[in-house]
Amino acid sequence: MIVLEKRPQPSRLWSLATPVVAVIITMIAGGLLFAALGKNPVEAIRTIFYDPLLGEYAFYYRPQLLVKGAPLILIAIGLSLGFRAGIWNIGAEGQYIVGAICGAGAGLAFYPTESVFIFPLMVIAGALGGWIWGMIPALLKVKFGTNEILVSLMLVYVAEQLLASVSLGLLKNPEGFGFPGSRNFQSYDSAHNAELIVGSGLHWGVVAAFIAVILAYVLLNKHILGFNIRLTGEAPRAAKFGGVNPTRLILFCLGTSGALAGLAGLFEVSGPSGQISIDFNNAYGFTAIIVAFLGRLHPVGILFAGLLMALTYVGGEIAQSSLGLPSAAIQVFQGMLLFFLLALDLLTNFRIRLSKKGSV
Amino acid sequence: MDLSAINPILLIASLMVAATPLVLASIGELVVEKAGVLNLGVEGMMIVGAISGFAISVETGSPALGLVAAMLGGAVLSLLFAFLTQVALANQVASGLALTLFGLGLSALLGQGYVGVKPPPMARLDIPVLSDLPVIGPILFSHDPVLYIGIALIAIVWVALKFTRVGLVLRAVGENHEAAHALGYHVVRVRVLAILFGGACAGLGGAYISLIRVPQWTEGMTAGIGWIALALVVFASWKPWRVLLGAYLFGGINVLQLNLQAAGVAIPVEYLAMSPYVITILVLVIMSRDRTSAPGSLGRIFHASN
Repeated sequence: MIVLEKRPQPSRLWSLATPVVAVIITMIAGGLLFAALGKNPVEAIRTIFYDPLLGEYAFYYRPQLLVKGAPLILIAIGLSLGFRAGIWNIGAEGQYIVGAICGAGAGLAFYPTESVFIFPLMVIAGALGGWIWGMIPALLKVKFGTNEILVSLMLVYVAEQLLASVSLGLLKNPEGFGFPGSRNFQSYDSAHNAELIVGSGLHWGVVAAFIAVILAYVLLNKHILGFNIRLTGEAPRAAKFGGVNPTRLILFCLGTSGALAGLAGLFEVSGPSGQISIDFNNAYGFTAIIVAFLGRLHPVGILFAGLLMALTYVGGEIAQSSLGLPSAAIQVFQGMLLFFLLALDLLTNFRIRLSKKGSV
Repeated sequence: MDLSAINPILLIASLMVAATPLVLASIGELVVEKAGVLNLGVEGMMIVGAISGFAISVETGSPALGLVAAMLGGAVLSLLFAFLTQVALANQVASGLALTLFGLGLSALLGQGYVGVKPPPMARLDIPVLSDLPVIGPILFSHDPVLYIGIALIAIVWVALKFTRVGLVLRAVGENHEAAHALGYHVVRVRVLAILFGGACAGLGGAYISLIRVPQWTEGMTAGIGWIALALVVFASWKPWRVLLGAYLFGGINVLQLNLQAAGVAIPVEYLAMSPYVITILVLVIMSRDRTSAPGSLGRIFHASN
């Protein structure tokens, strides 16, 4: 009979190995899925994971990895802080949208003035917008004990309606011939989040994502606040006796993750997406949840996980156009990854033993 | 704007239709939470139920078979959650989220060939004589059978939780799993069964949207109803009849805002459309001051070695 024995401490080896094993199992299961859809599984997996990196047209796809990875990493870093402390912000998608609306609004307010101050102002407005959207569940949780999971999620739907409203009204391009959507930032230099090196995919959002990774690493390892976050997650009772202020932690975690998601939204809307439109958001806020877990809630892990998830997006698009693989298949693929990861986590926390009889 | 176009009798009748997916999904989740498990995958199970019910009834031409398939679809998906949380002992919040993300993708994949297809219509259960009554007839006695099943389920769950041994064991497991285990109850078995029940209910609720309320298939058509169902359980303080009350309240708000949109009220459509979500938040704020009614072991992982 198989018996689970709780490890005194989570296994370090398995904690590092499970994401890799989960990716491999997902590739196998994904291959079966693609085969069931009538595609050649080997070719599909190669198209998704190999072609964007080393294939014939990789020079075109590699920059896309940064473009798609940056918002995922930026959002996931913020989410991981809260997730570590048991504070569940799952409404990053809403904070991302509101950040984009506020940032874009700040920029468009100055159109057509050209000034070096406009883009920094947009960055601040974007972060502030996301922060405010994140502070709503935080304040409600602190003041009334309201469940932050449900509130932050409800706010996603509110934000989506807000986005529809501004792209049809407030921020609509007056010279857009009645089409929904704002002015395009690509034709407004001061507000455009352009590539810093042409053809590299490197824009300010990518820079911000790298900075966020470094700051999160320092925070978690060198700062008392980061220590308190880890303590609250790993030993809630000890944190309580140690005098950790839960209110401050909730406000900090939800506020920071909101601000980072808002930044991601602003960089996306002023750069790769180019304009506020009803569907500019790519559900990055939800995929970032997978990224945070796949990266083991660790800043460096999230960096790799974000790039890997970006790979499935880019590779998925290639597979869509060259193999006719439906985009929903990639969504299923990403969801499966989280399943296998969570299931394999058993090995991190428990030892599996074979015993003669059920002698527990 | 023409408010007189809103017919109060039709409004109440359609309120009950709009509330039924919520009734079904929330009563399922209530049982799950009473057993001490927090399954955040309601949205995912609903949408998978919606597409499996839709696909099967289109293929077979039988709405009844579709509803059975929807329950199966929801239950099979919830089995994944049961495996993750009860066998692999994974975090329930993360597993529930995984279920929703996976379910949304899977339903989009399964539903590709069904966009724009019309499902076979569900016969209305016009109760003879009673449905001919003025006012009360169209409101109470002229609906599809699933709507009545939803109300019956509330009653059954209420009786089962309050007056039967099964309900007592379920509540014991949810309130204190260590004590229940010490008494010799199979905590994991009870919880897996509760999760399966919740999955079947959510699946049925999803199929109600795609087969009866709308009726057609569009990607992501549950649009947060699964999450509102979760909020409803909190609103109801884990009491079955309050779930019904809450569902009708939310159904009413939704039908009213749709009617106001159609009547061309001066409020922009987007603000009307966000109102159900805003009101959900407000209700959560009001209800969350009372924290005593939540099951004691809600969301905690059980392992016999502890």
